[in-house]
Amino acid sequence: MTDLVINPTQSRPWGKILLRALLFALLGLFALFYLMPLFVMVTTSLKSLEEIRTGSLIAFPREITFEAWRTAWSGACTGIQCEGLRPYFWNSVVLAIPAVLISTVVGALNGYVIAQWRFRGANLIFSLLLFGCFIPFQVVLLPMARMLGLMGLAGTIPGLIFVHVIYGIGFTTLFFRNYYVTIPQELVKAAKVDGAGFFRIFWSIFLPLSLPIIVVTVIWQFTQIWNDFLFGVSFSQAGTQPVTVALNNIVNSTTGVKEYNVDMAAAIIAALPTLLVYVVAGKYFIRGLTAGSVKG
Amino acid sequence: MAPILDIKNLYKNYGPVEILKDINVAIEPGDFLVLVGPSGCGKSTLLNCIAGLEPITDGTIHIGGRDMTHVSPKDRDIAMVFQSYALYPTMSVAKNITFGMKVRGVDAATQERKLQEVAGQLQIEQLLHRRPGQLSGGQRQRVAMGRALVRDPKLFLFDEPLSNLDAKLRVEMRTEIKKLHQNLGATMVYVTHDQIEAMTLATKIVVLKGGIVQQIGSPAEIYNRPANLFVADFMGSPAMNLIPARAKPNGTGTQIEISRDGEAPLVLTDTQAPDLPEDVILGLRPEDIAEAGFRAGESVQKAECLIEMVEPAGADTFVVSHLGGKQVTARLHAETSAQSGKTLPLAFDLSKVSYFAPESGDRLN
Ligand SMILES: Nc1ncnc2c1ncn2[C@@H]1O[C@H](COP(=O)(O)OP(=O)(O)OP(=O)(O)O)[C@@H](O)[C@H]1O
Ligand SMILES: [Mg+2]
Repeated sequence: MTDLVINPTQSRPWGKILLRALLFALLGLFALFYLMPLFVMVTTSLKSLEEIRTGSLIAFPREITFEAWRTAWSGACTGIQCEGLRPYFWNSVVLAIPAVLISTVVGALNGYVIAQWRFRGANLIFSLLLFGCFIPFQVVLLPMARMLGLMGLAGTIPGLIFVHVIYGIGFTTLFFRNYYVTIPQELVKAAKVDGAGFFRIFWSIFLPLSLPIIVVTVIWQFTQIWNDFLFGVSFSQAGTQPVTVALNNIVNSTTGVKEYNVDMAAAIIAALPTLLVYVVAGKYFIRGLTAGSVKG
Repeated sequence: MAPILDIKNLYKNYGPVEILKDINVAIEPGDFLVLVGPSGCGKSTLLNCIAGLEPITDGTIHIGGRDMTHVSPKDRDIAMVFQSYALYPTMSVAKNITFGMKVRGVDAATQERKLQEVAGQLQIEQLLHRRPGQLSGGQRQRVAMGRALVRDPKLFLFDEPLSNLDAKLRVEMRTEIKKLHQNLGATMVYVTHDQIEAMTLATKIVVLKGGIVQQIGSPAEIYNRPANLFVADFMGSPAMNLIPARAKPNGTGTQIEISRDGEAPLVLTDTQAPDLPEDVILGLRPEDIAEAGFRAGESVQKAECLIEMVEPAGADTFVVSHLGGKQVTARLHAETSAQSGKTLPLAFDLSKVSYFAPESGDRLN
């Protein structure tokens, strides 16, 4: 990104160096600013309660202890139970993985059909799906609760998966459709003449082209679903709650002394998977967002 | 022999817009049919209809004697080369070429044999492991051809396969396609809006305009006896001279009178002319107007004409004169003595003349 900086003082090297220094100082400042909260969280989670009470917020821990992490993972109380985040973390995993996969696959097929098979009414359906992206969460809560009740999925993890898939299809379709419209229609025509059918063309020609947009969609969906709180708190019950809801309960249900170190550790644990996804696939994310044309 | 492709009364609409109107075309095995016409006249649409990639509104399409009107593309026994080549971007050249066979369940040994055969024919053996993105335009074009050639279908369809190439490569590939056609004896339908391509490749030309067939015929027929003003103007470069004239029957034939600015009209006598209305458009190719003395014959008429421009073009020299309110181009020998601003005796070869009705544009002789 830095090579985008246009340097007007090319002829005077000291000016150039000064500008560079200024640029890096500024960037460093921003980075520090954004890293501050994370720093506080990590250091606090590694301190004992005693040290938190006596020390400064931004000081390094005098004595590193992982006690708070252990408690957050397997001992902290969410209301009456004291099992820590672990069961809820697994709830979130069991919930997010199928929800992400299903909504991505459906979005890919939707996008493929809408962009490349141009059936009658395709544009209308696409507009409606787009509209679905802009419906606020709160609006669908009650009808969705009723739906889940009718389907016998109320309070279950499959129910939550269903909600996330439905809500995510609008976005995933949008991503794939916009990616696939840039692929020339003649590819489908050529494949048809070659004898391939609907799924064969998708599988052999479109899917291999789709890695960047799959990564974008998976990151987007995973972040949305893992971090979701409203659907989680509305459509789950004791035992099926996702990690975000459990985190909230841990932080809010502590009686007596507030265990900041446990809260911080729990928050980091809850945020870790999304962080991981970005670190692993982040560069594809940028690439996928900017990927426009496909070289013939 | 039964026609290999027989299109009857084909209509194609996009919504309310009629794109193709009452198309009737039939070709024999081994024919090389070229569809020409200006941009947007419906050439690609017709090709897509033949391939089954676009449903047709009315009419029938028979391929190899079978009614294929409602048959899906994969069962029509056709192969197609697209204008943009449409190579599968993530597959290697070899995979691109064998994809069709793989889909159809041809065994691996046959696939490999055919691949090598076609690769040899098109001289792309050393490219087989590359992706389309790593090929030059001409190489891609050959791969696209290869994908069609491995199929050995009843009918090849080519949609402007050379339009993306530079002039030199285009001429090379044109020759290669011609060779391929002669070696394979295959039947081809070929779209282009390059009329030189049309003339050199075709055994039969269909001229389209606005979705309506203007003329169907051999290249010589189209060139020498265009069916109307549009075809006359469209085919040939430089274009046919189309000169407004007045026809008057006299004892021995028909007098053709062409007005000239500030001069006595030019009068030619055509002894073979049919009955003509008074106003006609006279069509003569540049090469049918020569320098007097270089062309002789019964139907050659001579007249002094004022030369306005001399354009040497290597082998020939084109001279431009002004007749009947139109620029008239004549193709003379390179060593002509023509000079602009001077008069020159020109010989008009009326055995090659075409007459058209000014209003309808239809051919009269
Ligand atoms: N999907 C479509 N919907 C509506 N109109 C279309 C569609 N495809 C093509 N047309 C119209 O049909 C007409 C013929 O198009 P076509 O692509 O067959 O032209 P063409 O003769 O191949 O032109 P070119 O030489 O530029 O390739 C054009 O006027 C075009 O606008
Ligand atoms: Mg076209």
